[in-house]
Amino acid sequence: MSATVRPKTSFVTTPRATLAPRPPAVSPSERGTPAVDIRGFSFAYGDRQVLRNLEFSIERTAVTAIIGPSGCGKSTFLRSINRLNDLIPGTRHQGDILVEGRSVYAPGTDLVALRQRVGMVFQRPNPFPKSVFDNVAYGPRLNRLVSRRDLPDLVERCLRQAALWDEVKDRLEEPATGLSGGQQQRLCIARTLGNQPELLLMDEPCSALDPIATQRVEELIFELKRDYTIVIVTHNMQQAARVSDFTGFFDRGELVEFDDTERIFTSPAHERTEAYITGRFG
Amino acid sequence: MNRRALRRLVSNAMVGLMVVAVVVALLPLFFILLDLVVRGAGSLSADFFTKMPAPAGESGGGVAHAIVGTLIIVGTASLIGLPIGIAAGIYCAEYPGSRLTWVTRFVADVMNGTPSIVVGVFAWAWIVATQKHFSALAGSAALAMLMIPMVLRTTEEMIKLVPNSLREAALALGYPRWRTSLAVVVRTTLPGIVTGSLLAVARIAGETAPLLFTALGSQYMSLDINQPMAALPLTVFTYATGPYEEWHRYAWAAALVLILVVFVLSLGARLAIGRRFTLNG
Repeated sequence: MSATVRPKTSFVTTPRATLAPRPPAVSPSERGTPAVDIRGFSFAYGDRQVLRNLEFSIERTAVTAIIGPSGCGKSTFLRSINRLNDLIPGTRHQGDILVEGRSVYAPGTDLVALRQRVGMVFQRPNPFPKSVFDNVAYGPRLNRLVSRRDLPDLVERCLRQAALWDEVKDRLEEPATGLSGGQQQRLCIARTLGNQPELLLMDEPCSALDPIATQRVEELIFELKRDYTIVIVTHNMQQAARVSDFTGFFDRGELVEFDDTERIFTSPAHERTEAYITGRFG
Repeated sequence: MNRRALRRLVSNAMVGLMVVAVVVALLPLFFILLDLVVRGAGSLSADFFTKMPAPAGESGGGVAHAIVGTLIIVGTASLIGLPIGIAAGIYCAEYPGSRLTWVTRFVADVMNGTPSIVVGVFAWAWIVATQKHFSALAGSAALAMLMIPMVLRTTEEMIKLVPNSLREAALALGYPRWRTSLAVVVRTTLPGIVTGSLLAVARIAGETAPLLFTALGSQYMSLDINQPMAALPLTVFTYATGPYEEWHRYAWAAALVLILVVFVLSLGARLAIGRRFTLNG
């Protein structure tokens, strides 16, 4: 809580003061195959090149934060992983992204299966205008993940995982739009978990939340990384410092630096990274 | 006068102007209803709803044939027009960039501005003239043609209100595009679509011009949509322009019934939809 209001300079020296110590970070290459492998990936909307030749990999069951100034391509990158950018006409890409070893951009990729494996949480909470229960049951029902009889159990498990169960267990049949913003966002996380994804993409999940709700979601992210690989885009560098194990710094569509969060925030290798995290631009 | 007092004065003046505008807008509606009730209610009786018209010159009788006729003609028109209009509206809203959408929208706008008698002439030329007889079906077809562009545009506007984030949420869960459109977008806007449809039904229920030379009207009870059929607007027209005093009174009563049918339709729809879930922003 206090970390969100602390002056910018202090988090550089104590990046993770609010959370328990994490296991020593190891570089992605030392832990077998990566969860996500980005191979020379470029992306353009028409003539506007948004991502340039990205080449890095994302560690399994860890939190990877993507930071960078507005318009640097963070969100586009995230939406490239589940191909949500496909909706926009006139996009082009080069290279490929592998999720758990399987190509995202190979011809004939089953988008439905891909998006079931890759869950996404959006900037603003966007629950369906249905009941709390139905929101979580949406994905599993569609993808026939469990039988009708087991659905309530799955919903409960997802809501518990999203640290929302105690708050909504008596109002499962009420409209989800009646929940508070923070609850709605955790419901959206639970909804994504209902699909039993391998990978969780979070696009500035806390930017529409107040500090207390933000803290709850951050704690949740910390819990979830035991079971899930998480990629989080954030504008908030303190947040990146608090929740992530690895951080990638994007600028103008390029990956400037990718390293342990600790190192990025204490001794960045590039001058642009340092300028950004110390607040000199962005 | 200090600035705060001035500001309050201007504010009150503006509110006052708007209230006047609302009253001016409502007055004609109020007088129409009042006039209909005063002149028509006296002729309403059980006979009016259940009996057939009396032979010319005799008194008594009712407009049962026209009430039944209106229900059949409007019902058939809705069966044809609503599914086409709604489906086309969904298409236009979900694929806004396609050339077909541009053409459809343009044609719908032109059709919305077309006088209904033109549509009636069209239905006459294509259905009545080729079949060589008047029929309720031809009337329904004309009314359906009027409904389609109305329903199309309201459906499209309703669906456009669905925030894109909702669409993305469904797609990100692995919903195919078509299922996202149906299960999320249409389900969310269903109350709006139903309201738009009912408004269209209410609008065409009162149309007279397209029925004049298609359904034609009839003095007899008819359930065969291949034959000429009576309808309330036609009955109002015939009775109001007829020579007998009693017919004039019946025209007022039939007009009142027509208004009541439309009123019940709108009200029933609103109650049926109820207030379930609302859109989130």
